[in-house]
Amino acid sequence: MSHPIIKDDEVDVVILATQPDLTSFLEEWRPMFSRYHLIIIKDPDMQKDLKIPEGFNHDLYMKSDMDRILGSTSIRFSGYSCRYFGYLVSRKKYIVTVDDDCVPAKDGRGFLFDAVAQHISNLRFPATPFFFNTLYDPYQKGADFVRGYPFSLRNGVKCVLSCGLWLNLADYDAPTQALKPDERNSRYVDAVLTVPLKAMMPLSGINIAFDREVIGPALFPGLRLAGEGKQRWETIEDIWCGMCAKVVCDHLSLGVKSGTPYVWRKETGNAIETLKKEWQGMKLMEEVVPFFQSVKLPETAVVAEDCVLEIATMVKKRLGPVDPLFGQAADAMVEWVRLWKAVASVSPTPGV
Amino acid sequence: MAEATPLLKDELDIVIPTIRNLDFLEMWRPYFQPYHMIIVQDGDPSKVIKVPEGFDYELYNRNDINKILGPKASCISFKDSACRCFGYMVSKKKYIFTIDDDCFVAKDPSGKEINALSQHIKNILSPSSPYFFNTLYDPFREGADYVRGYPFSLREGVPTAVSHGLWLNIPDYDAPTQLVKPLEKNTRYVDAVMTIPKGTLFPMCGMNLTFDRDLIGPAMYFGLMGDGQPIGRYDDMWAGWCVKVICDHLGLGVKTGLPYIWHSKASNPFVNLKKEYKGIFWQEEIIPFFQAATLSKEAITVQQCYIELSKQVKEKLSKLDPYFDKLADAMVTWIEAWDELNPPKKTKLPNGTAK
Repeated sequence: MSHPIIKDDEVDVVILATQPDLTSFLEEWRPMFSRYHLIIIKDPDMQKDLKIPEGFNHDLYMKSDMDRILGSTSIRFSGYSCRYFGYLVSRKKYIVTVDDDCVPAKDGRGFLFDAVAQHISNLRFPATPFFFNTLYDPYQKGADFVRGYPFSLRNGVKCVLSCGLWLNLADYDAPTQALKPDERNSRYVDAVLTVPLKAMMPLSGINIAFDREVIGPALFPGLRLAGEGKQRWETIEDIWCGMCAKVVCDHLSLGVKSGTPYVWRKETGNAIETLKKEWQGMKLMEEVVPFFQSVKLPETAVVAEDCVLEIATMVKKRLGPVDPLFGQAADAMVEWVRLWKAVASVSPTPGV
Repeated sequence: MAEATPLLKDELDIVIPTIRNLDFLEMWRPYFQPYHMIIVQDGDPSKVIKVPEGFDYELYNRNDINKILGPKASCISFKDSACRCFGYMVSKKKYIFTIDDDCFVAKDPSGKEINALSQHIKNILSPSSPYFFNTLYDPFREGADYVRGYPFSLREGVPTAVSHGLWLNIPDYDAPTQLVKPLEKNTRYVDAVMTIPKGTLFPMCGMNLTFDRDLIGPAMYFGLMGDGQPIGRYDDMWAGWCVKVICDHLGLGVKTGLPYIWHSKASNPFVNLKKEYKGIFWQEEIIPFFQAATLSKEAITVQQCYIELSKQVKEKLSKLDPYFDKLADAMVTWIEAWDELNPPKKTKLPNGTAK
């Protein structure tokens, strides 16, 4: 069975610039990024001018562009959240995005892993959420479905979200990293697998790729912590939208994969410093999981936008009373769908 | 510093079904010799199976099975490695490791031999995390942990009932796949152990498997296969589906991934096709059956869960083929036999003696 190749001009690489000089970041990624169009978003909170090396086909968006395009909006596109602006203005079917403190990972012989190519491969081949394949992704070379895997499920479903991982500094929360200050992730697990139907997972926005047309509306800056800062430990917006996205994918019979590619995440920040701030995120997660486990979407919701609006209503009703941040998240979700319809150039595509 | 993995040599039995010989044990000697083995001899009981010197074992052939179980022996398959589950029943230990006699010691990418048993023990002694997927896989492994966003209330995990290992070299493919890809070998060493999420079914392979008898033993019935039965090569699959539904219901975990063993022998795909043929069609109905299966609140022991499942099998799958009616009865017989041979115990029972 053939799976159509994803062409270079169908992909945007979205980069959020949280540091003024992107030279070393982009030079490290040049072998992988240079084929693609880049959307670079400058964090509006960053005052200094941005330095971008030559030779990249890119569009740069700064605060003034963002204000002009968005108009008046209640969503604060700043810090990690301004990456989502890139999703709105992209005109491509697929997005790949990597935090700017990550560089390509290397294998044992020093060869660089092409994270972009792996993400694209993950999105190209189907996902298999309805039954677990013990040899992981059956579409990878050298693998297949194992004995006992139902034949009717071997076509799989479209994969719309590819969640990559990190070597060196793993995406731990602050307490975990503070307790194990020297722990670094050195284990390269050579697998990508489909996250099964109904299984929830924490989406780390550090290294992901997705089908913008299908699932873009479900990847939004919704849950914003009061103390949200410039370290990943101080954010939860990706975890929140990731859980929404997974529920939407489960409802629309779309797939989510997790595993390779890996990126190498550099040392930044101080976990113990973060611990000093009030850690709302962890407390909120305790409410979030039982909520998502119970979400049931109506059959009439056949595109991601409709699903997100349904979830927003449920969030407002059931989680709003628990913490005002949830009420704000629900409002942000509604506002995001409005922005998506107004700004993003795609008409709703039913889940394929 | 990492703690040494306990040997569990007085708490774990190794169950091996065989019809040929046990030469493969020589390669495993450094790892298996401390343990007691239960050998289940399938096929012709008059054949003498040579066990290499120096192993502590008990051996059961068909005559022994018939003698011990009487009429209940009907639930134990003949001429199929499914007969291994007799070994689970007679064991007096907490843990079982079962391995096929064409499986050898594998090497990891650095060239080091893999102590499969030790890895299984690590897996089964550490909790599982079925309620939320950890993207860095088993958080209890050295060098890993729960990732950002993983709820703290779920980090204690649940007891692990099953550790499902994998295979390098000859992969466990079904017959049609073997026919299409006769030369494909599994060369990818995936350095991960992970919990299979609650609500997700998987194809459990019995080639390299460890489980906690106390937690899930009665559900490890490998069904009616082989001689006189319309189906083969679905024994471990059947057990795996029952086990997963029951584990999900009782809040127990199932892990898959490491350890790898080296699977040396590719069975004949044409022979396999004949055995699997009906299963390939039937599994299309069986899987939705297990996916939809629910157990009552009152089912709080494995036996109770299993009996409930057997009733549902009879009710819902018999119309697929009368075989399932027989299988449902055999499931009940199995539980009766299990309970007879495993009464609630106060004192430790000695091992059976070698033949």
